[in-house]
Amino acid sequence: MRYILRRLGFYLLAAWVALTLNFFLPRLMPGDPATALFARFAGRLGPEAMQALRETFGLTDASLFSQYLTYLGNVLRGDFGVSVAYFPAPVSQVIALGFVWTIFLAGTAVIVSFTIGTMLGIVAAWWRRGWVDTWLPSALAFLGAFPYFWLAMVFLYVLGFTLGWFPLGHAYGDDLTPGFNATFLADVARHAILPVSTVVLATLGGWLLSMRNTMISVLGSDYVNLARARGLRPGRVMMRYAARNALIPNVTGFGMSLGFVLGGSLLTEIVFSYPGQGYLLVQAVRSQDYPLMQGIFLVITLAVLAANWLVDLVYLWLDPRIRDSAS
Amino acid sequence: MTDAVLSIRDLCVDYVTEHGAVRAIDSVSLDVYGGEILGVAGESGSGKSTLVHAVMRILPPPAVIRGGVVQFEGRDILSLDEGELRALRWNRISMVFQSAMDALNPVITVGEQIVDTLTAHRTIPTAAARARAGELLEMVGIPDSRVDAYAHQLSGGMRQRVCIALALALEPAVVIMDEPTTALDVIVEREILNTVRSLQRRLGFAVVYITHDLARMLQYSDRVAVFYAARIVEAGPSAELHRAPRHPYTQGLLRAFPTVHGEEEARSIPGSPPSLVNPPAGCRFHPRCPFVFDRCREVVPEFVSVGPDHAAACHLLG
Amino acid sequence: MTKTVARDSGLSLWVHAIRRDRKATIGALIIAFFVLVALVGPLLVADPDAPVGIPLQVPSAQHWLGTTGQGQDVLAQLVVGTRTSMAIGFAVGLVVVLVGALIGVTAGYFGGRVDALLSLLFNVFLVIPGLPLAIVIAAYLPSGPLTLGLVLVVTGWAWNARVLRAQTLSQRKRDFVAAAVVSGESSFRIVTREILPTMTSLLVAQVIGGTTYAIGAQVGLEFLGLGDVSVATWGTNLYWAQNDSALLTGAWWTFAPTGLCVALVGFGLVLLNSGFDEITNPRLLQERTWRAYLEKRGCEPSRSTPVVTEHD
Repeated sequence: MRYILRRLGFYLLAAWVALTLNFFLPRLMPGDPATALFARFAGRLGPEAMQALRETFGLTDASLFSQYLTYLGNVLRGDFGVSVAYFPAPVSQVIALGFVWTIFLAGTAVIVSFTIGTMLGIVAAWWRRGWVDTWLPSALAFLGAFPYFWLAMVFLYVLGFTLGWFPLGHAYGDDLTPGFNATFLADVARHAILPVSTVVLATLGGWLLSMRNTMISVLGSDYVNLARARGLRPGRVMMRYAARNALIPNVTGFGMSLGFVLGGSLLTEIVFSYPGQGYLLVQAVRSQDYPLMQGIFLVITLAVLAANWLVDLVYLWLDPRIRDSAS
Repeated sequence: MTDAVLSIRDLCVDYVTEHGAVRAIDSVSLDVYGGEILGVAGESGSGKSTLVHAVMRILPPPAVIRGGVVQFEGRDILSLDEGELRALRWNRISMVFQSAMDALNPVITVGEQIVDTLTAHRTIPTAAARARAGELLEMVGIPDSRVDAYAHQLSGGMRQRVCIALALALEPAVVIMDEPTTALDVIVEREILNTVRSLQRRLGFAVVYITHDLARMLQYSDRVAVFYAARIVEAGPSAELHRAPRHPYTQGLLRAFPTVHGEEEARSIPGSPPSLVNPPAGCRFHPRCPFVFDRCREVVPEFVSVGPDHAAACHLLG
Repeated sequence: MTKTVARDSGLSLWVHAIRRDRKATIGALIIAFFVLVALVGPLLVADPDAPVGIPLQVPSAQHWLGTTGQGQDVLAQLVVGTRTSMAIGFAVGLVVVLVGALIGVTAGYFGGRVDALLSLLFNVFLVIPGLPLAIVIAAYLPSGPLTLGLVLVVTGWAWNARVLRAQTLSQRKRDFVAAAVVSGESSFRIVTREILPTMTSLLVAQVIGGTTYAIGAQVGLEFLGLGDVSVATWGTNLYWAQNDSALLTGAWWTFAPTGLCVALVGFGLVLLNSGFDEITNPRLLQERTWRAYLEKRGCEPSRSTPVVTEHD
């Protein structure tokens, strides 16, 4: 229990750091992005929007500290400001829809990839001589060296554009209305196959190698030797004695890489015009929509922190030593 | 004299490295009789631990067995395949390793590990296996309520007892103990050794007990074999070896351990054990032997009988 | 098998490791090739920014990799881009390890509150996702290699700090360090003379890993448009390819070769690193020797200790 609370405390701290960074960045930057922005939008935005923009850059009369408090208060209420590119829509509204799709895409990909990669890693370590250990890791490492979004481009070009096996983009067909029915869900699945496969293939090698390496070191440990000496079935030794222990550090690694995989997933969304945060990010960067950029940053960060906390819970369940440790 | 339950003849084991093969066991012969406690003594790296791992064929890479015969209950272990070895291991011959903390799987309970051992070799319903696990723990002096404990929740001594319970789970004929008490304090060590001895007298299994503490071993075992630089130099009944050690190395070892009454000063053997990469020619102990003469440097000494079931390999005796 | 090998040390140890392991040799060759292209290539190709032909031409004898949506020569852009991308990549890889070493080794060596504070710092940076943070920082700064480099270092140093801290902690406990502390050596000397030398192979591996990360992340950020889009780099090439709807017009030559180069360099670095694996993990070498020995004698490497009775 203490462990869970301590981890929660850590994530709250990280969230606070992210929030504070978000607050200070526009106020610290050299040059004067505010002026350039105002110059650009001077004729096009109404006074409320300009005021909102000024607040983002701290160009109001309030003291820094009270600005900070206002900002924190706003964030806690879900108010991330007003978007410039999608004016007058509030940032939270612009982000909300995209968020679901991003989580769906990245979440599915990461779970599928980790599961398959870990299984393959166990097999690779156990049967050291097989093709799973000799060729597959190198092949997957090569695949993993490609930027995710480039793989996405290749898949889209070959499987979508040239062969026409999969749709060319978006999360579902333009002619369907969203709803929890079989047709819609099937269509969503069909549209998700290419993007999810891209991320899975790009990350599979990493999980495989990581699990394989921890398995190899665990296979040399005394308790595995003893398990073998005790005449336990090889399958049992492999799973219950070796894999179960090798999994633990890999779950930690899983948590740490979530942020990274999510980044790659966002870029993949752009290629597939997937209606997630990736697409929004591009718009934000192009139109210098700082409130939107910052809003996305916050939301993604909070999502990754929450996911990490969940991973910590899984870790707790996996390793009985943590449950008893006080430190 | 009962027949030997384990009979080793001219066993050779190499470690293969990128600089060539190192011979860790050089033509070793040894017998273990039913129901006895055989002590195997020697310094670190002398080969005693390698020997017993080789007998069970659980030496990790880069070890390779290069020759010899290992007869166990009438079968040659060196010619068995994986399946036959697996059926034999633990069922008829089991082992207690040195470091109990690392020998137990940290993520499952000790009870589950005992049950795993039982169900791997016998068809037995889980409930019955659990009950038996509890009995085994009681037998080695652990309250059976601890059957659901994890390894990290037990003290060092208790973990070692769990390993002993594991070793006895299938009532084997031979139990090998590889320095089981080295990592424990002396009081716990004594208790464990007493437990083992009383269990052994009760259940009748043979024990091969490896240690570097010759004096302790002479107390507990029936017979003793002394290892030096990958070879056995002397073997015989403990009482005999204690009273009249015939090999200079054995004599040196006994002198190196002070007695409680302080009759004699403890004197260690000068020099250090040779590297096995390039061992001395002839008798390997000759560089450190106080009685060395020319023949020792050139010819490997043969075993010479010096008493009933007592032999030593030294040119002084031939 | 039986010839004695003289103890390698210093640079020869690394060279030997590369030559001995086939994967590492291939990796080294790939990287050498790209370094050559980066150094000499731009002198041999046309100006990447000049429009030289009809836009979106298929690869031909005139333009080996065809032309972009603006009519520029793809090959020229690729070659010129190699120099910038690899230079930034390697520079960031180096800096990231320097920063990581500074913080990680300090934390590991001094322990206590310094360690707690620094650990908290890099753990927070580890958990905050890199790409969004990079975007938010880079958006406010003028676009260009310095901004890119800064942003990549800020999002990448934490991992190195963590690994180096762990290594420092384990080295700290060793006897030779205790001896140095007792003999009154200054902390700075102990760290630089006693501890860091033991971590050379790790540091090299980290620089290689850091370079791999830097190149990949750089390409990603430039793809979003955060690099200087008027300068030819691998990432900006892909940005323009996407911008000019390369996929929908079927102009695969505008993005395929660039991605391939990124992957080859990344893969080459990974292969190189795997060759050094055996230096940092001698057990792998041991196992390999054992397997070769058994195979030569026609024996199967089995789980139980194998029995080999013929005499060689």
